[in-house]
Amino acid sequence: MPAFPQAANASTRNTHLRANLRHATHTIRAKRATAVAELDDWSRLRAAGAAIKDRTLRHLDQYLEQLESAVTAAGGQIHWAADADEANRIVTELVRATGEREVVKVKSMATQEIGLNGALATAGITAYETDLAELIVQLGDDLPSHILVPAIHRNRGEIRDIFTEKMSQWGRPAPDGLTDAPADLAEAARLHLREKFLNAKVGISGANFMVAETGTLVVVESEGNGRMCLTLPETLISVVGIEKVVPTFQDLEVFLQLLPRSSTAERMNPYTSTWTGTTDADGPRAFHLVLLDNGRTDTLADTVGRQALRCIRCSACLNVCPVYERAGGHAYGSAYPGPIGAILTPQLRGTQSELDASLPYASSLCGACYEVCPVAIDIPEILVHLRERVVEGGPASVRGTRTVIKPAKGHAAERAAMRAARWALDHPRLLRTGQRLASRTRRFHPRRLPGPGRAWSDTRELPKVPEESFRDWWQRTRGGSGTGSGTEGRKDTT
Amino acid sequence: MARIRRALADVPRAETPGEVPVERTYHRVHGDRSSAQTADLLAENLADYRAIVHRADTPSSPDTPSSLPALIARLLADRGATSVAVPPGLPASWLSAVPGAVRRVPDTAELTPHDLDAVSSVVTGCAVAIAETGTVVLDAGPDQGRRRITLVPDHHICVIRVTDQVVGSVPEALERLDPARPLTWISGPSATSDIELDRVEGVHGPRTLEVILTGPESAGQS
Repeated sequence: MPAFPQAANASTRNTHLRANLRHATHTIRAKRATAVAELDDWSRLRAAGAAIKDRTLRHLDQYLEQLESAVTAAGGQIHWAADADEANRIVTELVRATGEREVVKVKSMATQEIGLNGALATAGITAYETDLAELIVQLGDDLPSHILVPAIHRNRGEIRDIFTEKMSQWGRPAPDGLTDAPADLAEAARLHLREKFLNAKVGISGANFMVAETGTLVVVESEGNGRMCLTLPETLISVVGIEKVVPTFQDLEVFLQLLPRSSTAERMNPYTSTWTGTTDADGPRAFHLVLLDNGRTDTLADTVGRQALRCIRCSACLNVCPVYERAGGHAYGSAYPGPIGAILTPQLRGTQSELDASLPYASSLCGACYEVCPVAIDIPEILVHLRERVVEGGPASVRGTRTVIKPAKGHAAERAAMRAARWALDHPRLLRTGQRLASRTRRFHPRRLPGPGRAWSDTRELPKVPEESFRDWWQRTRGGSGTGSGTEGRKDTT
Repeated sequence: MARIRRALADVPRAETPGEVPVERTYHRVHGDRSSAQTADLLAENLADYRAIVHRADTPSSPDTPSSLPALIARLLADRGATSVAVPPGLPASWLSAVPGAVRRVPDTAELTPHDLDAVSSVVTGCAVAIAETGTVVLDAGPDQGRRRITLVPDHHICVIRVTDQVVGSVPEALERLDPARPLTWISGPSATSDIELDRVEGVHGPRTLEVILTGPESAGQS
C-alpha cells in the first residue's frame, strides 16, 4: 500500500467517488444530529460510556478473566490469539475440525483486520460474506471503504453489474434482467444468500460487546444476516478484540443508546442479538470465542493512545471528517478508515511502514471527530501524540515489549525545521532580526517552496508574511489599549 | 494475560475497578408518560420503522370475547398464509379463529431451516417492548419459540400485552431481561441502506412485521 498522501492524491481526483461519498456522509451526518438531539441527556450518556470503557481498560485483565469463566460456564470455549496469524490458525483449525469447507460470515471488523477470508481461502475454505454491502465488496473483488456501509463508494449501476457478472461464480446467479432498483438488488441478494444460510453448518461473527459478568455476547445489525449466521449453523466461531468487553449486563443500557443513534442515526437498529454460551436446541451446539490481541496490548500500554480502545465502531467520525470525505476509505490502507483509522491503525500495527507513519497526518486536526465521538475519544490529541512518535521516536510497546523506537524515515526535513525553530526561539534577538528581514522582502517571496519544502507547499498555501511582526507592533502600540496608546498607535499607521 | 498486565503498569496495583468513577446521571427514562401514552409512543415508533401496528382489546370479564383471535385470522388471510409456525406455549385461543386449512407448524427440535423456509407466517408473544425506541424483545420464552422461527418465515405477527409488557426505555427493559436466555431485539422489519443509503425492507429477516397491542388500555384507541 502506498502512503496516505499518494493514495489520497489518486482518490481525490476521482470525482465519481467524491460525489458518492459526499452524498453519503452528509446524509448520515444530518440524520445523526436529529437522532442525537432526541435525547436531552446525550452528553451524560457519552460521559458514562467513556467512563465505563476507561474502567474496563484499566482493569482489562480482571474483566477478561471474569469473561472467560462466564463463557466457559455457559458452554462456550475460549481461545486466545496474540496476533492475526494465530487467530487465523485457530479459526482454520476449528473449521477443519467440523469437516466443513464453507462458512457463512456476518460482517466483522476484527476478521477484516486479520484478513481471515484470505487465510481460510489458502486453507481451502470458502467464507461467504452475508452483509449486503460486504457481499458487494466480496463479489467485486474489492475492499470495504467505510465501517458502517462498506460499499458506499459504489452506486446502484455498479452494483447491478457486479451482481450480474459475479453472483454465478459464488452460488445462485442473479435473476435475468436484473434492474438497478435497490429493492431488486436486495431481492437478488436475498435469494443468493438464503441458499447459503439454509445449508450452513459453520458461522463466523464478531461482536459489538461482550459482558464480563454474564459471558453474554452482543451483535447489533439491520438486515438479519447476523441472526442467520448466529442461529442457524451448528458451530459458531466469534472473533472479538479484547477491548470489546464491558463489565456488566446493565452497562449495555448506555451503549445500546449511544451506538445506533451515532452510527445509523436510528433510535434502535432493526436487530440486536445476544447469546450466552449455547442454548439447548436453539442455535449452535458449539460456540467458540477467539479473543484477539493483535496490537491491542501495545495500544493499551500507551497512556495517551489507550483511549482509542474505547471505540465502539459507530463510524460517526468518518461522516464528519473533511479528509475522509474527499480521500475515501481505501486511502487509509486498513480495515479502519477515517479519523479512528488514523489513530487506531498506527497503534495496532506500529509506525514502521511508510503508510502507517503517514496516517497520523491524514487529518486537518479540525476536531469534528472528537465532537461527535459517542465515547469522547480525543482523536486530535492522539493524532498529535502519534505525529510526535513518528518524527521523534521514543518509548513504545511493540508486540508486548517496551522498547524505544527510532524516528520514522522521511521526516528529516521536519525534524530539521523543528530544530531550527527551537534554536530561533531560544535566541530572541536573532528571531527579531529575521522577522524584520522577512517583512522587508515579502514582495519577493515565492508562492511555492523550493527544494525539499516543495512537497509540503504542493498541497498548502504559503502563509503571507505580515508587514510588521507582532512583537514590533506590540512595542509600538502596547496592544492598542491602555492610556491612550491605542489612539497613538492608529495615528502612527495613518 | 501477562502482556495485558505489563501494558497496565501505570495503573496502581491496589486500584480496584470501583475506583474508576462512572457517573450514571443519565435518565432512567426520557420524559414522564402515563401507561396509555407509553403505549401510544410505542405504536408511533414501531410505525416509524415500518412495522404495521394493530390494536385488539382483551375484555376485563371472561364472558365477552376478545377481538384478538379474529384479528390474527384476518391478518393471516390478508397475506394468503397457507401455513403458520406456532411456538409451543402460544395461547391456544390466539389461533382459534384461523381456519383449519392453514397448516399449523409446531416449533420442535426436528424443524429444520429448510422446513421453515416453506412456512408463510409466524405468530408469537414477546418478553418486553420498549416505547422510546419502538423495539420488541423476544427471549425465546414458551410463547415465542426458538430464534429461527421468527427469522426464516417472511411474515411475523407479534402480540404485545399493553401495560405489563411495555416499558419506556432501554434501561427499564434490560433490568427485566435474563441475560442467560438468548435475546432478539427487533425494531421494525429487516432493513438495509447499503445501496446509496436507500432504505429497503427485508433482505434476510421477515419483510413484514405486524405488531398487535392488546389490553384494556388500548381498546378503541386506534
